[in-house]
Order: sequence, then C-alpha cells, then structure tokens
Amino acid sequence: MLEIRWHSRAGQGAVTGAKGLADVVSTTGKHVQAFAFYGSAKRGAAMTAYNRVDDKVIMNHEKFMAPDYVLVIDPALVYVADFTAFEKPDTVYIITTHLTTEELIASQPKLEGKKVHTVDCIKISQETIGKAIPNTPMLGALMKVSGMYEMDFFKENMIRVLKKLPQKIIDANMIAIQRAYDEVK
Amino acid sequence: MADTMELRDIEVWDGNMAAAQALRQVQVDVVAAYPITPSTPIVEGYATYKANGYVDGEFVMVESEHAAMSGCIGAAAAGGRVATATSSQGFALMVETLYSASGMRLPIILNVVNRAIGAPLNVNGDHSDMYMGRDSGWIQLDAYNPQHAYDLNFIAFKVAEDHDVRLPAMVHQDGFMTSHTAQGVHTLTDEAAYGFVGEFQPMNDMLDLDHPVTHGVQTEEDWHFEHKARQQHALMTAVIPKIEAAFAEFEKLSGRKYNLVETHQMEDAEMAVICMGTSVETAMEVVDELRAQGIKAGVVGIRVFRPWPLEQLAEVLKNVKAIGTLDRSSPHGTVGMLYNEIAGTLFNCDTKAVLNNYIYGLGGRDLTKAHVVGIFNDLKANVDAGKLTTPLQQYIGLRGPKLSFF
Repeated sequence: MLEIRWHSRAGQGAVTGAKGLADVVSTTGKHVQAFAFYGSAKRGAAMTAYNRVDDKVIMNHEKFMAPDYVLVIDPALVYVADFTAFEKPDTVYIITTHLTTEELIASQPKLEGKKVHTVDCIKISQETIGKAIPNTPMLGALMKVSGMYEMDFFKENMIRVLKKLPQKIIDANMIAIQRAYDEVK
Repeated sequence: MADTMELRDIEVWDGNMAAAQALRQVQVDVVAAYPITPSTPIVEGYATYKANGYVDGEFVMVESEHAAMSGCIGAAAAGGRVATATSSQGFALMVETLYSASGMRLPIILNVVNRAIGAPLNVNGDHSDMYMGRDSGWIQLDAYNPQHAYDLNFIAFKVAEDHDVRLPAMVHQDGFMTSHTAQGVHTLTDEAAYGFVGEFQPMNDMLDLDHPVTHGVQTEEDWHFEHKARQQHALMTAVIPKIEAAFAEFEKLSGRKYNLVETHQMEDAEMAVICMGTSVETAMEVVDELRAQGIKAGVVGIRVFRPWPLEQLAEVLKNVKAIGTLDRSSPHGTVGMLYNEIAGTLFNCDTKAVLNNYIYGLGGRDLTKAHVVGIFNDLKANVDAGKLTTPLQQYIGLRGPKLSFF
C-alpha cells in the first residue's frame, strides 16, 4: 500500500490532482482511492487530500493515514498546518516553495533530518498555465522523486484526464509537469 | 435518441459520478431535484448528460426537496421512469412525500448520500437520514463503495419497477466517504446496463387516457388499514425474492455478486461486528488482519436494510458467541437501531450471543482500524466471560471522557 497526503488550500486543485493521479495509476491495473477533507469548503482554507494505491482492492475507508509521501502545494502551509502528522521515519516530503531546500529546512526546523524535496509549483504554474494552480506541476515533481512512471506515459495519460479543458490549457499543463519534473531538487 | 457514451472497462469514479452514470444509462425520463451537499453532483451529472444529448429526459428545477419528491411523484404517476437524489436536511424535508410515494406504489429511485442531520449543521457522512427513512415504506439498499453505488442503482430500478413490487427504492451511500471518494468502478456498456433494467413498463399511468385512474385518494378507517396492509404485504413478500433474482441476473451480467446480508469470514467466527456503509469494508480488512493472528472474527454487512432480512441474519449469526452492533446515528434516548433489530432478530432463535452496541462516526468522525480492533477486544472478552463485560452501549471515537449507557 502506497499512501500520499496532499496539503493545499481550497481552490488550488489538490482534489483534482489526487483524482487525476488515481486515474493515471488505475490504468496500470493497480487499485486506487482518492479523497479529501473539505472542512467548511471556503476557498483559501487549508485542506488535505489523500491517495491510496495498492495491488489489491482497497477496503480501508478510514481517513487516518501514515503517509509515504506528503505533498505541500501551498508554500505557507509548512508554517501553519500540521503537515508532519502521523509521519513515518521514511516519509518523503515534496514542498512548494521559492526557497532552496536548505533555506526551507532552516525556516522550518520540523523538517530537519527528513527526506525533503523542493520545487516552486506556484511560480511554474503562473509562468505556464497563467494562474497559481500548483496541482499538476506537483504531480510532475512526484513522478521524478518517486520514479513511479516514465514521463511520456504519465503525460499521455494526463492529457486524457484533462481532455475536457481547452487545448492550450492542456499544453500549458504538460509544460508545467515537465518543468517541475526537471526542476525539483 | 440519446447518444451512447463510450466508457473504459474501469473508470475512476466517486460514488456520485457512479450514481449519475447509472441514471444516464437507464435513461431516466424525469429528474425533479433540489441540490444538497453531498448528493449534488448526482443530479448535476444527470442534468449535464441531458444537456449534452446523452439522455432523453426532463430535468425539473424545483424550490425545495419537498417539491422535488412531489415532482417525482407526479412524473411517476403520469407513467415515467423517475429518480432524484438528496441528503440530510433535504431528506428530512422530503419525509412527508416519501410516505406518499410508497403509499401510491410509485417506483421512484432516490439516491440518498447519507449525511448528518443538524443541529449543529454538518455536511459530513453519518446514517441519520438513512435511519429516518426506515418506516417510510421504501426499499432501502446500502452501498459500501462507488462500485456498489453504481451497481445497486440498476438493481433498484429493476426491482422497484417490477409489477409485482411497485414500490420506491433508496440507494444509500456514505457522504464523502463514498460520494466524494474516487475508486476504480467496473462499468457496464450503455447497452448492457439498459438491457438489464429494460424498458419502463407503465402501470395505472395517469396519462393512459383510455384507462383513466385516480392517484392520491383519501381513505378513512374503512379502507386505510387494508391499503397499508397490502403495501406491507408487497414489501414483506414480493421484494426479497425479486432482489435475489435481480442479484443473480446481475452476477451473470457483471460477475459481481451481491447478497441480502454480506458476510466476511463468518463460517467459523465466534464473534462478529454488524454495520453498514464504508465501515463494513474497513471492518473486513481488520478481520483479515485479526485472522492472521488466529482470532476468529467476522463481519456482517446489511445490504438490504428494508425490507429487513430477518431470516438471513438469524442464519449467518447462529454460531457466534458475541456480536457488536455499530450504529452511525445517534439513537437519542435508547440503544442503536442495529442493536434493537439484531436483538429482535435473534430473540426467538437458539442463538444466545452476548450483544452490545457502539455509537460511532457521527458527523463524519473517522472510524479507524484501531477503533475496530478495540471493539473486537471487547467482543473477545464477552466471548471468554460468556456475558457482557462492558457497558451495553458505548461511544467510540468521541473526545473527552468515555461515554456509555446501560
């Protein structure tokens, strides 16, 4: 069982990101689950979304999770959200920030000694998609860090997941995914 | 003629999407709806399919859930295939009309995305609304995941519309835990899905002008009792065989097998939990882990909540020594519904299991695997002692001091 927790603000696309990832993973024959805590569902409110991936049918519906990966797609949440909750010794963090990994750890001592990767998904999405929608770039970074899938396979499937969007938005998302894949440290 | 939609063999859908797709595939004629969280995407989905040419039907926007079910009643009486969806306070507002629908023997399908009932206001999943519907004369089927929410809609239409049944049916799924949780759903083709349910066969439809009928009549003490007795007779005798037949035919079509009562590791279980919704599957996973330690635990899930499968439950529980009933609804003033129903089910049997009750998960509070392990620890103590070692009713997952009654 692979478990992933997203930390996001409502409106940044964590639910879409989690469901998109589940869709892509499902095409490889694995079983998936994607869900979220919505809370009061105000745009901008801190929220969490979740993925489970397994080789067998996922029967567990508890919301509790000790994640293998924690994906933070809003830079401020590492200072205000309990993003290390129920971490494991080898939990991998991928965090959106304009800081370097070293600067980030210095600013948030909870990350010391952890497996931490950084990428600026906000900047990447602003420069490619034109809006701060950091969900798809985070998936690009996850592909690089986890080695889950080849980039060509992942992008091909994400094009299918995003097929209802206008072509230029789909193209911009593909560039954002590739940039995050290349830029994550 | 509606367009066909090409679906992949496995789609990653949440429970709402699964239910909306089922409503499209059976080509519902009329949806009258007033949206409410977390069921909104079901009727929104139907409206989108209709607007894009994938359904030949009508979407009626109304001013309340009371009007939504009233619209469904009118459309069903006129002679159409009718469905809608609701949750929580919306369900509560529908209650009066639910009794009209069942009393008028109109086969409407209501997708209930189970949610807490306020106050305090809460949009998350528990079973308060489902429990509120249990005396309303409707068939009630319960899904544990998005696949079930999809499949049980087909079962519901097939059974409810059968001329030997002619009763409305609810398909329940857990708010957010199923409705907003995406999982792989094995799909049917549009042709196979529609073929399974078949073309709607009207009965006593108001729009058959050659055979005029009256719907919604008044009967006082002269006939009211006889009408209610006939309604109960149909619910008690016609429905279970039709559901079993529909389950068998659906298994042939899809390979997926449903049962009135779902069981897991019950063959030699000395203790069991009984629950509904997503909790059934979480408990199944816990039981597999306990079995690996040699603990003889089992799970019983209620699939058909109304009519209550009394004989089937008595059969699956006959050899257990301790039973934990898990209610995701506050019983306010007594023990939980499942405790009462199971006690009533077993009272005249030879089974003399120790029975206790857990209230959990209100307003979406998480039921963790650790909670379920704790319940089985209680049940094991009851098995070993041969009597109740805990309070009869306990609250689990509650913050603050431990709460229990009786």
